[in-house]
Amino acid sequence: MAEAAPPVRRPFALAALVGALLLLALLPVLNGLPEAHALHVSDFIVSIVGKWICYAILALAIDIAWGYAGILSLGHGAFFALGGYAMGMHLMRRIGDRGVYGHPVLPDFMVFLGYPELPWYWLGFDNFGFAMAMALLVPGALGGVVGWLAFRSRITGVYFSIITQAMTYALMLAFFRNDMGFGGNNGFTDFKDLLGVPLNTATARAGLFYAALVSLALCLLICAYVVKSKLGRVLVAVRDAESRVRFLGYNVTSYKLFVFVLSAMISGLAGALYVPLVGIINPGEFSPGNSIEAVIWVAVGGRGTLGGALLGAFSVNGVKTWLTSFAPDIWPFVLGGLFVAVTLFLPKGLVGLLRKRGS
Amino acid sequence: MSGNSLYLDGVSVVFDGFRALNNLSLIVEPGEMRAVIGPNGAGKTTMMDVITGKTRPTAGTVRFGDHDLTRMDEASIANLGIGRKFQKPTVFDALTVFENLELALKAPRGTLAALHWRLGTEAREKIGETLSEIGLTARAQDLAGILSHGQRQWLEIGMLLMQDPQLLLVDEPVAGMTDQETEHTAALLRRIAGTRSVVVVEHDLEFVRALGRKVTVLHEGTVLSEGPIDQVQADPRVIEVYLGR
Repeated sequence: MAEAAPPVRRPFALAALVGALLLLALLPVLNGLPEAHALHVSDFIVSIVGKWICYAILALAIDIAWGYAGILSLGHGAFFALGGYAMGMHLMRRIGDRGVYGHPVLPDFMVFLGYPELPWYWLGFDNFGFAMAMALLVPGALGGVVGWLAFRSRITGVYFSIITQAMTYALMLAFFRNDMGFGGNNGFTDFKDLLGVPLNTATARAGLFYAALVSLALCLLICAYVVKSKLGRVLVAVRDAESRVRFLGYNVTSYKLFVFVLSAMISGLAGALYVPLVGIINPGEFSPGNSIEAVIWVAVGGRGTLGGALLGAFSVNGVKTWLTSFAPDIWPFVLGGLFVAVTLFLPKGLVGLLRKRGS
Repeated sequence: MSGNSLYLDGVSVVFDGFRALNNLSLIVEPGEMRAVIGPNGAGKTTMMDVITGKTRPTAGTVRFGDHDLTRMDEASIANLGIGRKFQKPTVFDALTVFENLELALKAPRGTLAALHWRLGTEAREKIGETLSEIGLTARAQDLAGILSHGQRQWLEIGMLLMQDPQLLLVDEPVAGMTDQETEHTAALLRRIAGTRSVVVVEHDLEFVRALGRKVTVLHEGTVLSEGPIDQVQADPRVIEVYLGR
C-alpha cells in the first residue's frame, strides 16, 4: 500500500534568526567596552533595543492570533499594559520607605490621595513571583472572557476588532481615574530596584536586556511549536474557511480561545519586561493607537510567519526611532502611509518581498 | 458499521415569513444512496443546513438513529458521523492536499490532542489510500489553492472519506465539471456508497441517472415525488413544476 510521504515544510530561516539573536546578545557586552573603543555601544542603544525586543514579543503574540488564526485584535496593547501594570505594582511595592513620603507600605500616590491602607488587590505584589504570575494570568483571563463571549457568539472580522478596540479604550479611561488605585494619569514611576539590583545601573540594563532576549527566544519556540503542530494547521483552516472546519467536527470556539489566551499572556509578558526597561507605566499604554501601531508592525513584516512579526517590529521601530530624532511630527503620516503601502503593494510584507527575491 | 437511519418528519424552516422548508419528511436507510432534485429555491440546501446543524428548524423532528440533531451544533453532528460536501468546493487553500486530508482524518478533535498530534504510520497509510482513491497522489505536497476545480471537488470528497462518515451529504458535486470529471465523480460516489448512506443534491439529471438510485423531488420546501428516476420523470406533477419547463 502506497504510504504517503509527510508534508515537506518550507525551510524556516532558522540560521538567520539564531544569528540575529546572537548578534543582539552581544550588545550589552559591547556596552561594557571603554567608551573610546570603536565597538562601544551606548547605554541609549542597549535600552532602546531592549524596548524593541519587548515590542517584538508583542508582535509575535499578535501574529499567532491574526496571521495564523485570522483573529484581528486592535486591543492587544491592553494585554501588554496590564502585564506592565502588574510589574509596575511590584516595583512600587519594592520602593518601600524610600518614597518621598517615606511610608513603609503605601506608594507615594496613595499617601498623597489619603489611602488609609493598601487596597486588597495590591496584596501579594511585593512578591516577584506573584507579580510575574499576575502579569501572565490577568491578561490571559481578560483575553479568555472577551474571547469566550465573542467567539461563542461567532463574532468575527471587523466586529471583533471593534470590540477589542473598545476594550482597550475602556481600560484606558478606567486607569486614568485616581480612585482605581493605580496612580491615575501619572501611573507608576520612580522605581528603585528589581530583585535587589538598582535600576539605572549597567548590571540592571544588561540583566533586563537578557531577560527580554531570552523571553523572546522562549516565546518564539512556543509559538513555533504551536503553529507547526496540527493545532496550527487547524487555526490556518479556521482563518480561511471557518464553517468548513466546524463541519469537520472541530470546536472552532475552543481553538480560537486557545490561541487568543496564549496571545494575551505573551503580550502580558512583553509588557512586564518593558516597564522596568523604560522606568514608567501610565494609562497612555492603553491608548488605542498603540494597539493599531503594533498591528502595523506585523503587517509590515509579514503576517502568518513568525519571522515576519519580528522583522516588522524591529524595522518599523528602527525607522521610528531614527525619524523621530529629527522630524517627530511626520511620524504618524509615515506610519499611516506605510500601512497603506503594505496593504496595496506588499500583502505578504517584507518577508514576502524577501521570499520573492530568494526564489 | 452499525447503520443509523436519517429521519426527518414534518420539518419546517421559516425565514422572515418565507417557508424555505414546509412540512418536509424524508427517511434515508443505512447504506442507501439517495438523489435529491428540485428547482432553485426548492429547499435542497436548507435541508442540508438543517441536517448538519447550521440552521435550526422552526418545527419538526430531525433524528439520526437515536440522536436529536436539532439539539446539537455543527461540530458534534460532524463527530456523529455526518459529513457534508458543499456546493462550492471548500478546501483549505493555504494547506497542502496532504494536510487537508490530515485535518479531516478521524482523530480526537480537542485542542490539546491537536497540539500534541503525531502523524503515525496508520494515519499515513490511510491518507495515502485516500489520495490514490481520489487520484491526487502526485499532488499531495501541492497547496490546495492551486488545484483545478475538479481536483478541489475530489479533494473535498477525499476529506469526507477521511472523516469516515456514516452519512454523507453531497451538494451539487458535478456543477461546473467537464464530462470526463463528471463520470469520474459518479464512479467515486458509487464506490463510497454501499458501506454508508449518501444523499446527493443535484441539478444534472444525466448525472442522477448515472447514479441509478432512488430519487426524491423537492418543490417549495416539501416532497413532491419519490421513486426510481423513470417513474419520477413520468409523474405529471414533477413534469409541471420542474422537468417540463
